[in-house]
Amino acid sequence: MESATRARTPVATSWDHLLRNPLVGPLVALVVAVVVFSLVTDTFLRPGNLALVLQQSAVIGILAVAQTLVILTAGIDLSVGAVAVLGTIVLAKVGGTEGAAVGLLVTVAVLALIGLLNGVLVAGLHLPPFIVTLGMFTAVFAATQLYAGSATYPVEPGLLTWFGTKVQLGGLVISTGVLAMLALYLVAWFVLTQTAAGRHLYALGGAPEAARLTGIRSGRVLVLVYLTAGLIAVLAAWAALGRIPNADPNAYQNANLETITAVVIGGTSLFGGRGSVMGTLVGTLIVAVLRNGLTQAGVDNLYQNIATGALVIAAVALDQVSRRRAQT
Amino acid sequence: MTTTTPAPEPGAAPAGTAASDGRAPVLAASGLVKRYGSVVAMDGADFELLPGEVLAVIGDNGAGKSTLIKALSGVVVPDAGEIRVDGRPATFHTARDAQAHGIETVFQDLALAPALDIAANLFMGRELRRPGPLGSVLRMTDKRAMRRRAEELFDSMSIRIKSVTQPVENLSGGQRQGVAVARAAAFGKKVIIMDEPTAALGVRESGTVIELIKEIRSRGIPVVLISHDMPHVFEVADRIHVHRTGRRAAVVRPSQRTMAEVVALMTGALEPTEEERRGVA
Repeated sequence: MESATRARTPVATSWDHLLRNPLVGPLVALVVAVVVFSLVTDTFLRPGNLALVLQQSAVIGILAVAQTLVILTAGIDLSVGAVAVLGTIVLAKVGGTEGAAVGLLVTVAVLALIGLLNGVLVAGLHLPPFIVTLGMFTAVFAATQLYAGSATYPVEPGLLTWFGTKVQLGGLVISTGVLAMLALYLVAWFVLTQTAAGRHLYALGGAPEAARLTGIRSGRVLVLVYLTAGLIAVLAAWAALGRIPNADPNAYQNANLETITAVVIGGTSLFGGRGSVMGTLVGTLIVAVLRNGLTQAGVDNLYQNIATGALVIAAVALDQVSRRRAQT
Repeated sequence: MTTTTPAPEPGAAPAGTAASDGRAPVLAASGLVKRYGSVVAMDGADFELLPGEVLAVIGDNGAGKSTLIKALSGVVVPDAGEIRVDGRPATFHTARDAQAHGIETVFQDLALAPALDIAANLFMGRELRRPGPLGSVLRMTDKRAMRRRAEELFDSMSIRIKSVTQPVENLSGGQRQGVAVARAAAFGKKVIIMDEPTAALGVRESGTVIELIKEIRSRGIPVVLISHDMPHVFEVADRIHVHRTGRRAAVVRPSQRTMAEVVALMTGALEPTEEERRGVA
């Protein structure tokens, strides 16, 4: 192995470097999907449709940032979708009676508390994240139904629907919700790649023992990650009301699985410690483009699910193969 | 006294004080106890590391040497006993506490994050920040400075690494060991502890690590070397700490004992001399 490493020419190495960049695969897939749907349908490339693709991906895209952070720590968050739905109900109910600002504050408090609880159970009691967040999902889902009383809650236009505001951007008319999603990705990218806290998150996900031995306060980082996931769910709930100004306890039932799909397709390893949040953005867009494009091409919704499912399995298979190759 | 002893320290006191040669130990422990349930891993263990020396720690499997080392590096908190750095009592709760005292450890599993690059691993937990508000407000790390420092470090230690931006998982076992040793050497201002640094390596790579240990000693920094490999121990150690049944059984000088005798001391087949037992041989 050693001699093989040495025999590599600089050119081959830089190619290697490029191909090793986990963003390349998903990006190529996204471009291929866009090109294919542009050729196959007349409608896909229209500005209105592209804006729609972005708007359809905003809520999942925001939640997928939270999911990326958790998965990078070698965890998984099965609750973040349900938590966001609870957020929409709290925003609408409390916001409706006490005013939008109070509604936001209460939502932040409630969702931060749920995130904190997840984090303390995972980091403090060393419980498996899968179990903790599965329990949290079940409890939060039921609590949402109880709190909503099987009713939906329309919200008045105003602060709570602010993320529905349309902005002209070149030829595209997109919502501020999409801009919020893009801003969140930038912030997450910055923290993950440019700060020590981000490096520590990768280290404790990929090599927890090494992180401990080098003095990284893994517990603190973990709690912060789950707390952040709760706060990101607030933004997702807010953006959801911007898109459809009606809080529905039965909406976004598949949101959680869709965030995991986006993360995995984006090239982040479920084993933790490798991946990128920009990959997740591309993953989110791939799923949105695939769904939209197949709809434009007149393909049945159920076939779209089959395509998405196949893509997830292919992405995980690719991750496994590359991991195995890295280990030999 | 012996040819293997490093250059005498200035102001060395006559024999008979704290340790052999009369030099005050840099890192010392006395009466360390650690129990795991009914298992006694350390049973009143003593330890003394003198300035500028390479001290080998040997012992059979289960003798408790790794618990001793973990206590000295802050990973295990002893139930009883005292650790002293430069004669002053110190309490370590985490590896970071020991690091703050200038004690760095190369753990047996190296404590490297395979997916991160070499520079990131070198500075893990001690990242350099960008100067100005970029560092203090935005908390940006200074990747360029870390890479430059990493390259300088590898150059100065004659460790051959193609690029400090390649992930650690692409390195051979010996190169990984080199990264872990370089990290310890970069931050270990007082003591460097190495737990079985050659156990997973081939002959040539082991030789490189032994040279690195000598290099660190020549800079005046004492090294604690835990090893099973007697030829390595005899090649590089100034003194040998023999650990048995949870405590220090003897400290011997490689010039005064053969390998066979040291192994016999380790298994209890041979009784140490009074000086060896008291650690002042």
